Amino acid sequence: MTRAIISTQGNSTQGVSSQGSQVPESAGSRGSIVTPQSWLDMSTNLGGLNLSSPVLTASGCAAAGRELDNYFNIAELGAIVTKSIMLAPRAGRATPRMAETPSGMLNSIGLQGPGVDNFIEQDLAWLNARGVRTIVSIAGGTAEEFGKVAAKLRVAGGVDAIEVNISCPNVADRGQVFACRSDSAANVVQAVRRNSDSKMPIFAKLSPDVTDIVEIARSVVSAGATGVSVINTLLGMVMNTTTMRPALAGVTGGLSGPAIRPVAVRCVWQIRQAMPEVPIIGMGGIRSGHDALEFILAGANAVSVGTSIFNDPSAPIRIQRELAHELGQRGFPKFSDAVSYAHRTVDLVPNPAQETFADDWDFITE
Amino acid sequence: MSTVGTMSTNASGSGSGQSKPIQVMGEILDINRSGSYFILSITAPGIAEFAQPGQFVTVGMGGEETSMVLRRSFAIHRVQSRGVYGGSLDLVVSPVGKGTTWLASRKRHDQVSLVGPLGKPFTLPTQAVSCALIGGGYGSAPLFLLAEKLRERGCRVDSIIGASSDDKLFGGLDLKRVSSSLTVTTDDGSSGIKGRVTDVLDSIIDAGGTDIIYACGPMPMLARVAEIATTRKIFSQCSVEESMACGIGVCMTCVLPVVGDDSITRMVRSCVEGPIFRGDRVRWSDIGTVPSDTFGAPEAAGI
Repeated sequence: MTRAIISTQGNSTQGVSSQGSQVPESAGSRGSIVTPQSWLDMSTNLGGLNLSSPVLTASGCAAAGRELDNYFNIAELGAIVTKSIMLAPRAGRATPRMAETPSGMLNSIGLQGPGVDNFIEQDLAWLNARGVRTIVSIAGGTAEEFGKVAAKLRVAGGVDAIEVNISCPNVADRGQVFACRSDSAANVVQAVRRNSDSKMPIFAKLSPDVTDIVEIARSVVSAGATGVSVINTLLGMVMNTTTMRPALAGVTGGLSGPAIRPVAVRCVWQIRQAMPEVPIIGMGGIRSGHDALEFILAGANAVSVGTSIFNDPSAPIRIQRELAHELGQRGFPKFSDAVSYAHRTVDLVPNPAQETFADDWDFITE
Repeated sequence: MSTVGTMSTNASGSGSGQSKPIQVMGEILDINRSGSYFILSITAPGIAEFAQPGQFVTVGMGGEETSMVLRRSFAIHRVQSRGVYGGSLDLVVSPVGKGTTWLASRKRHDQVSLVGPLGKPFTLPTQAVSCALIGGGYGSAPLFLLAEKLRERGCRVDSIIGASSDDKLFGGLDLKRVSSSLTVTTDDGSSGIKGRVTDVLDSIIDAGGTDIIYACGPMPMLARVAEIATTRKIFSQCSVEESMACGIGVCMTCVLPVVGDDSITRMVRSCVEGPIFRGDRVRWSDIGTVPSDTFGAPEAAGI
């Protein structure tokens, strides 16, 4: 992955101006305002899945896309990742299901959903008719259930990829969190792989609540996963100090939002370092294009926007725009050159970004 | 599944006569105190013009780098669709938490992020019938728009507002102006009749010949109102207050058990399928649980 340096550095000094009249000579210099979206190639490849943009929605934060289509054209995103779907309809957990936390929130929805048959008939049909690239998140109580859901999706068609949610913390028995053990994680992925076309991209969504996330990532990839989605929520808890009981009816819930972003970036980094080629979808508290860039530098080939949607329904499209701008500012001619850029071993030529944008690196002064 | 019905409504957008929600920056024009509450007038072009009684907006809290990641929802109190600022609307804020305290301390000309109009509005009668409007605390806020619309249709409007004490009442005199009658109750007797709104409801129904009851306020009040309405075979519409993370139908946090037209109970989202529900359809005593006969309920408890 470190080879990206060569092309990037070359392009940032020469390639950019060779793009012609659209890009001023001063592109990338301090203070100049360039809107790179028009010429910057944002396409990404996720193990055979080509998407026009690396920005996706995060499962569980966008339902099946319809509501968000009121606020922006969802077909302009890389893809919609749907809320996890199970074999049968499911009512979910009791309320309260939510608690706000510093720069984040806890949720304990419990995978409420209409069941895969209804999903295929209604939501998937709508997404396909709408021309939206669709990554279907699936969940189950057993490996067999995951397999059955995958089999139904195979028959239905119209699915660009499957995200296997083996890490939802909102199940009664934490032992059911398949992603906490490499053997159970691998079992589920095998069941999904067996029931899917061999070319179907399969992403296993991993939990950060493990001792060694790299070990889990290795096991799901050897079980047939195309790549990994990192991270799901962290298990958390909030007390209601009025009732003096847990704030959530489900007692514990999944922590999401900007509060978990450094954890997520670390997980992406560790997996990328161990597995230079595996496609990674990064997520966890992305609120801006700047945040998304962190994941990409750490090794993500795509990013999912989740909790920020609750704050800003048009966050995914805004972040897509901002990310293109962040990349352009740093002299990347295309998105894929930035993937894993933080893993480069040595700067072959002085990094122009370091000189021209030193004052933008706000962490130096914070 | 309940989600499907709503989503198709959403997808068809204006098909049901409702406008699609939009996201805009609003400018605070004015902030006024009313008892324990603050009334914020905010420009909301594209929202105010289309808002219907009972709908709500969500407001982003704390600015761009805020640690409060969730928006807060507020019933639309009043709208001005004309004027030098274009459309604007009034919200009633009770500063009890971090977010509402932040919002109540904004200054004139501050900008806030608005999304709306959200939710299903109150259903209005087509004929000039007799209506009782009941507001608990600042739950009376959305009743003003409603009362105006009902009066336009020639309806009789008997309003009842109640609260724990005088300072927690909202909008007495102003509501009286658009009502045929106004009854006030307080738990401590500091204003109006000592007692609860539901204590006087039966006599209001008797005096006004009530055909429809509209209510907005705390859940226990709504439960009791719905019970009285159902007992007396009066159609009731209740605006529920559930905590919401998104307000736009994607997060699934604001659900409650509601019986559908097909007699099946589902966990439905109060933000898009509500916040207005028929009083006889909400399973009030089961709120906070997933009843075992709910569509998709787990066979064993604990999930």
